[in-house]
Amino acid sequence: MSTAILDERKSQIHRIGEGEIDIACNRESLAGAVSQRACVFCGSRVVLYPIADALHLVHGPIGCAVYTWDIRGALSSGPELHRLSFSTDLQEMDVIFGGERKLEAALDELIDRHKPKAAFVYSTCIVGLIGDDIEAVCRKMTAFKGIPVLPVMSEGFKGNKREGYLAACNAMFKLIGTGDTSDIGPVSINILGDFNLAGEIWIIREYFERMGVEVVANITGDGRVDDIRRCHGASLNLVQCSGATLALAKMMQEKYGTPFLRVSYLGIEDMADSLYQVADFFQDKSPGIMERTQDLVRSELESLMPELARYRKDLEDKRVAMYVGGSFKAFSLLKAFRHLGMKVVMVGSQTGTKEDYAELAQIADPGTIIVDDATPLELSQFIKEKDVDLFVGGVKERPIAYKLGVGFCDHNHERKEALEGFVGMLNFAREVHSSVMSPVWKFVPRRAHHASAVTDAPKGDHHD
Amino acid sequence: MTKPNYISTTNACKLCTPLGAAMAFRGVEGAIPFLHGSQGCATYMRRYVISHFREPVDIASSSLGEKQAVYGGGPNLKKGMLNVMKKYEPKLIGVATTCLTETIGDDVPRIIKEFHDEFGDLPLPEIVEVSTPSYNGTHTDGWHGAVRSLVGQLCTQERPKNDSINILPNMVSCEDIRHLKDICEDFGVAATILPDISETLDAPTLEDYVRIPTGGTTLSAIRSMSGASATIEFGRCLPQETGATVLEKQFGVPAKRIGLPIGLRESDRFFGMLEEISGKTMPLRYGLERGRLVDAYVDGHKYVFGKRAIVYGEEDLVAGICAFLAEIGVNVVLAGTGSRNKGLAKAISEVSSGLTKEMPIVREAVDFHDIAEEGATLNPDLLIGHSKGYQYANAWKIPLIRVGFPIHDRFGGQRMLHLGYKGALNLFDGIVNAMIAKKQSDSQIGYGYL
Repeated sequence: MSTAILDERKSQIHRIGEGEIDIACNRESLAGAVSQRACVFCGSRVVLYPIADALHLVHGPIGCAVYTWDIRGALSSGPELHRLSFSTDLQEMDVIFGGERKLEAALDELIDRHKPKAAFVYSTCIVGLIGDDIEAVCRKMTAFKGIPVLPVMSEGFKGNKREGYLAACNAMFKLIGTGDTSDIGPVSINILGDFNLAGEIWIIREYFERMGVEVVANITGDGRVDDIRRCHGASLNLVQCSGATLALAKMMQEKYGTPFLRVSYLGIEDMADSLYQVADFFQDKSPGIMERTQDLVRSELESLMPELARYRKDLEDKRVAMYVGGSFKAFSLLKAFRHLGMKVVMVGSQTGTKEDYAELAQIADPGTIIVDDATPLELSQFIKEKDVDLFVGGVKERPIAYKLGVGFCDHNHERKEALEGFVGMLNFAREVHSSVMSPVWKFVPRRAHHASAVTDAPKGDHHD
Repeated sequence: MTKPNYISTTNACKLCTPLGAAMAFRGVEGAIPFLHGSQGCATYMRRYVISHFREPVDIASSSLGEKQAVYGGGPNLKKGMLNVMKKYEPKLIGVATTCLTETIGDDVPRIIKEFHDEFGDLPLPEIVEVSTPSYNGTHTDGWHGAVRSLVGQLCTQERPKNDSINILPNMVSCEDIRHLKDICEDFGVAATILPDISETLDAPTLEDYVRIPTGGTTLSAIRSMSGASATIEFGRCLPQETGATVLEKQFGVPAKRIGLPIGLRESDRFFGMLEEISGKTMPLRYGLERGRLVDAYVDGHKYVFGKRAIVYGEEDLVAGICAFLAEIGVNVVLAGTGSRNKGLAKAISEVSSGLTKEMPIVREAVDFHDIAEEGATLNPDLLIGHSKGYQYANAWKIPLIRVGFPIHDRFGGQRMLHLGYKGALNLFDGIVNAMIAKKQSDSQIGYGYL
């Protein structure tokens, strides 16, 4: 039987130590390869969806709206309009005669019913094909309803998920600059690229409050339209999920001169480092901020470290493979696993860039497999080859790990555990521990009978 | 009543057409579902199906981009099928179209013919195609369409008459299919069940990652369906043309349509039909199961009589559940489905006849916004349907009895039994216990005996 990797996919896989990293990425997925990756629409939807007081209307047939109905654990401290699934549910006659009138009628009805602060209208494949002018409809409805009605040009076939992130940023950028900024202080930030999964943004906001930093807007987790409208008044943008929101930060820098920092709230070093970067930035404007930050980090670590040490005893030298959406997260996870004494042996991402992968290659151990876009067969081959104890990914990866008798942690956008911040690191360690140490793996055929003669060295094509 | 065309949809009570087709294709041995469209469709559907079955679900895609949307998706479909052949070595590729490829007008039968001409020197798998524009119908249409295509495109030759029967079971659980297989085996009847998802969507853990899980209806069994003594298809809301009617028309295999055997009377009809076709009497164990069911109905009747239920989901499942509820004295106050023009009201009236005083309000083409709006005024005691009704049950503080697909806020949806006397008993126990639990938690005393 042939290897799991199709020839056309080979340039998207690299093993660290085997020459310079020159990985192909940001391509369309290969036909017939069973990619783990979704589409442009998916990219826009995941970025914008957590804005909780906006109406999110999917203009298209029913599937696109249903499959994205409340799938993220993006929590809101107030309105929950984002958790409903709105669609124009296009029918055959709409496809023939055009769906613009239906879109108008749907917006009219839904805006009256829910009184949202703004409406996002997502364009799907079919809308791109039949040529509905959703921009014109949105302009008309903006005037008619007196709230911003924003088109999101996210036709599924227009590229991969990254294109969708950009479409989302373009839509949001139209909101920015339309609100009053007069009461925003000089020590103020926007939190970009955090989706408040399991309430994570609340953990992070609390840290900034303790440091004396004002948070103007959450973009987009626990997001509010009015906050986004005035977020150009903040002094600094913090960009976490860079794939999703770096474009927006760059647009704001260009138009409003708002500088940005790339941060991460995952793991101990990156969390602390992110807070220190912010303290550093505001040092002149906020006397004592560095001391406050040091106190914060110290007190958090004092309670965290002894607990981590207990988990580390069991987890030392266990092997991890991960397949995540954005590659930036992988850096933090890799460092977090080192804290637990675990070895990362494979890192994959849906949307990494050349720069991301080059940076990853710098910090990963020799022999680590780096993969861009991936298929179930590739992932299962790497799991076996590296004999991993834990796989980190999203819902689609879970059954692949489980069938091979490997523990799994959801570190994707559907997670229901808060994994950010110092407390998140503890939750993470606990979850990793309960996944890896469960006795159930002793009963799974592959690992029950498995001889432990697996090394770190790449083995080439040895597939079943 | 169906809604006028211009009203928006909030929280749909249906899924898109290609999803149903992909699930049906998964029930054929050695098959891989292949969606001809953009990558997102396949990925979203995989995610959705995985969350219910908790199994790897590999669905291929032709991954069309902007260029193909303009110039046609034929080359990508062919390339994709070659890649799938290389990696999965399937016995069958089940190609379902999406709204994208239907709208650009890709002629899939022609592309597949070209594929056969161009690559005829390779050992090609069977390729079955079905047209599933997602702006037309729901996932149940996709399911029935795929079954019809499998029969129509694979079962093309007359086979010698034999004693076996064909069963087209509709969208039921893996456990339901396993139960059907046991029933047929116990009857001593050879049966071809199409599709058979009992193993392919509920597989054991094995030594290795299996490219295509074992199990499923074999291709040879499908080809032999033309020689069967009859086809039983479950569903009172089926399309006019189905796998069964195709077999009847082409090969004279009698098509027998009965409702999903949920509850006592609909199960009696099924067992009666098996007796009639096979000429054998029902094995004793099913007589005992039936007896236990009636016994349970008697033991538990007071807990459920007069309770008011809202039932929603796939049209035939709704009809089946209504049949069962009518028997135990639960009043269905509202029955809803996302499908349209399936004759749900007629089906419910047939299965409830002689048992219920009042017909429920029956709504086709509804979403959860409609169900909730109407349901809120009906003072229901319980909701019966898939997981998507959870937030409404939660808001109304009434139990949700989970049946059908998708169940992704509970464990074991694929192992849930709905069919036969045993399935009815399973449903009955669940409903009675939900009512007891509600009574217990609502009571200030918290009775230990109920």
